Amino acid sequence: MTTMATQTDVAQYVPEALVTGRKILADVNTDIAAPIERVPSTQWWICFGTALGAFLMGAFLAGRMFLNGLGVLGLNQPAGWGCFIVNFVFWVGIGHAGTLISAILFLFRQKWRTGINRAAEAMTIFAVMTALLFPVIHTGRPWYAAFWLLPYPNQRHLWVNFRSPLLWDVFAVGTYFTISLVFWFVGLIPDLASVRDRAKNPVRKLVYTILSLGWRGSNKNWSHYEMAYMILAGLSAPLVLSVHTIVSFDFAVSVLPGWHTTIFPPYFVAGAIFSGFAMVVTLMVITRECFGLKNYVTLNHLEKMNMIIMTTGMMVGYAYACEFFIAWYSGNPYEAFVFRNRVFGPIWWAQWIMMSCNVLIPQIFWFKKCRRSIPIMFVISLFVNIGMWFERFVITIGGLHRDFLPSSWRYYIPTGFDWGITLASFGWFFIWFLLFLRFLPVIAMAEVKSVMADPFHDPQPTPGPDKEIAAHGHA
Amino acid sequence: MATPENAMRNPDSELPLAGVLGFFDRPSELIEATTKVRDARYQYFDTFTPFPVHGLEAAQGLKRSPIPYITFIAGLTGGLLAFLFQYWTSAVDWPLIVGGKPFNSWPAFIPICFELTVLFAGLSTVAAMFIFNGLPNVRRKAFDPGLTRDRFAILIGAPLPIEEDDEEAVRRASRFKKFELTEATEFLRRVGAKEVRAVFSEGWF
Repeated sequence: MTTMATQTDVAQYVPEALVTGRKILADVNTDIAAPIERVPSTQWWICFGTALGAFLMGAFLAGRMFLNGLGVLGLNQPAGWGCFIVNFVFWVGIGHAGTLISAILFLFRQKWRTGINRAAEAMTIFAVMTALLFPVIHTGRPWYAAFWLLPYPNQRHLWVNFRSPLLWDVFAVGTYFTISLVFWFVGLIPDLASVRDRAKNPVRKLVYTILSLGWRGSNKNWSHYEMAYMILAGLSAPLVLSVHTIVSFDFAVSVLPGWHTTIFPPYFVAGAIFSGFAMVVTLMVITRECFGLKNYVTLNHLEKMNMIIMTTGMMVGYAYACEFFIAWYSGNPYEAFVFRNRVFGPIWWAQWIMMSCNVLIPQIFWFKKCRRSIPIMFVISLFVNIGMWFERFVITIGGLHRDFLPSSWRYYIPTGFDWGITLASFGWFFIWFLLFLRFLPVIAMAEVKSVMADPFHDPQPTPGPDKEIAAHGHA
Repeated sequence: MATPENAMRNPDSELPLAGVLGFFDRPSELIEATTKVRDARYQYFDTFTPFPVHGLEAAQGLKRSPIPYITFIAGLTGGLLAFLFQYWTSAVDWPLIVGGKPFNSWPAFIPICFELTVLFAGLSTVAAMFIFNGLPNVRRKAFDPGLTRDRFAILIGAPLPIEEDDEEAVRRASRFKKFELTEATEFLRRVGAKEVRAVFSEGWF
């Protein structure tokens, strides 16, 4: 016998708070703009110094590599692609979560995205900047990169090869970088105006006036702004799907067993979202702690991100299962061998890191306590990124090092140059991200204000030097 | 601080009068008041908010932004340009047999066509938004720092001076209510503004 829901049962639903701590509109400006008005903390300097050091070390190694040639890396025949391509795919993948949060969650009207979208989009732009380093330096002669990649009329009368996925990458990642940058900047304009209006120092005011393009908050402007934002979101959604598809074509369009498979586009995109969200969780857990933004990036936000991590992790796991099944079911001995080799051959250790980090470890997020626990989610997000790096490693090296002809089989061992430059890419990424944290509002203030449930009550008294601000409602 | 009374006592103050600004505390009050200002048929009025408020466009009588048409045309242009360029280089200028594919290997051209469609559409959208919004705005400063923080406002704008013999402009202006400083101030007070003051056009910085 069914029980009918009573009126009171139905009326109990209360949407969860996106901003906790009984904040009013003025608090949003204070909480988010105040950290960038202070001299950066010692923590920031230490992180920045470390990142800069890592990058300079890698730049030195890269310089040595340009002088001495690509032989200083672990590359050989048949493994002509190694850590650099793995890093390229890894960083482009990380970028995808930012666009998903900004564009796709916007189209799905998920208001919780407003707490994280600014930082996530920044992460996307810096991740794509990091990724773009690799196609350039992996040529060994980066000064030729423009010749080889950009279609311009030249005295060789040669055009680039438009039929190659390597060139599709140039257009795809280039478009992705440009549109992401433009989308991020358009979103920043009203917030830069907020920072400008708080600025006392004339130099600071000048800089933010220029950056905010003189935004005044006029509704005629907001109307065009909203339309442009919606269109950019609508364009970015298929763009993000297409970009990692085209990156996957670098592998899928070839003829190598293990690479030449139609599962790569959706598999790569799901994997990109998986690793990207893990990186967003890593970054936001640290940022919300250091900047005191726990009321804006709440446990609810983090829990939702963890749910997405688990979902996409299971999609990736399903893709792994498909690959193994098809390798057997196809009856193709080369395909079957590639997958046997991945599990039992010389790179078995990479395969097992990948499986445990991507498939097993995220299953812990079935438990709500784990989804809402900061230490657990931080550790798991790190493991997910390690697992996803090794997934690209397994795909690249697993496909290359043992292909059709056994006499060509060789093992690939990355050298210190490979690892050093990989570490430097993290340094480069964090340099930019730390600069972003220092100079720009980390959370989309205008968007958060528009989703706050009740921002018009009397201001709460806050301890410390901000008390005056809270009492008067403005600085 | 300039008040309507001040402005009237100093008619030749250096900065031109931009209009009268009435402040509100909540978006709901703003929307009600904006409807009344719209119905009173002032020629120049606008609202200022720290975030986009739903329902305010209709209250203000704004038409839907024409940006999507520009996006569409630019996107088509991008796609067409991409295809034609690839076709010309691959089948006309220097045809090379690559991978055994025909010269007009159009499936291979699709990824770049898609990307350039999105690129042109996106960049044109942003450019159109900047043009329609008059960004970068170098002419007028923001009227109040609270407008980007937590205050909502309606501006009833003072019209630009028009020549007596400019018939077109005179005719257009006659369709609307004439702007008069004290009257506009009282009107804003009547529709519920908490604070009303005259604002002047100051330069960009």
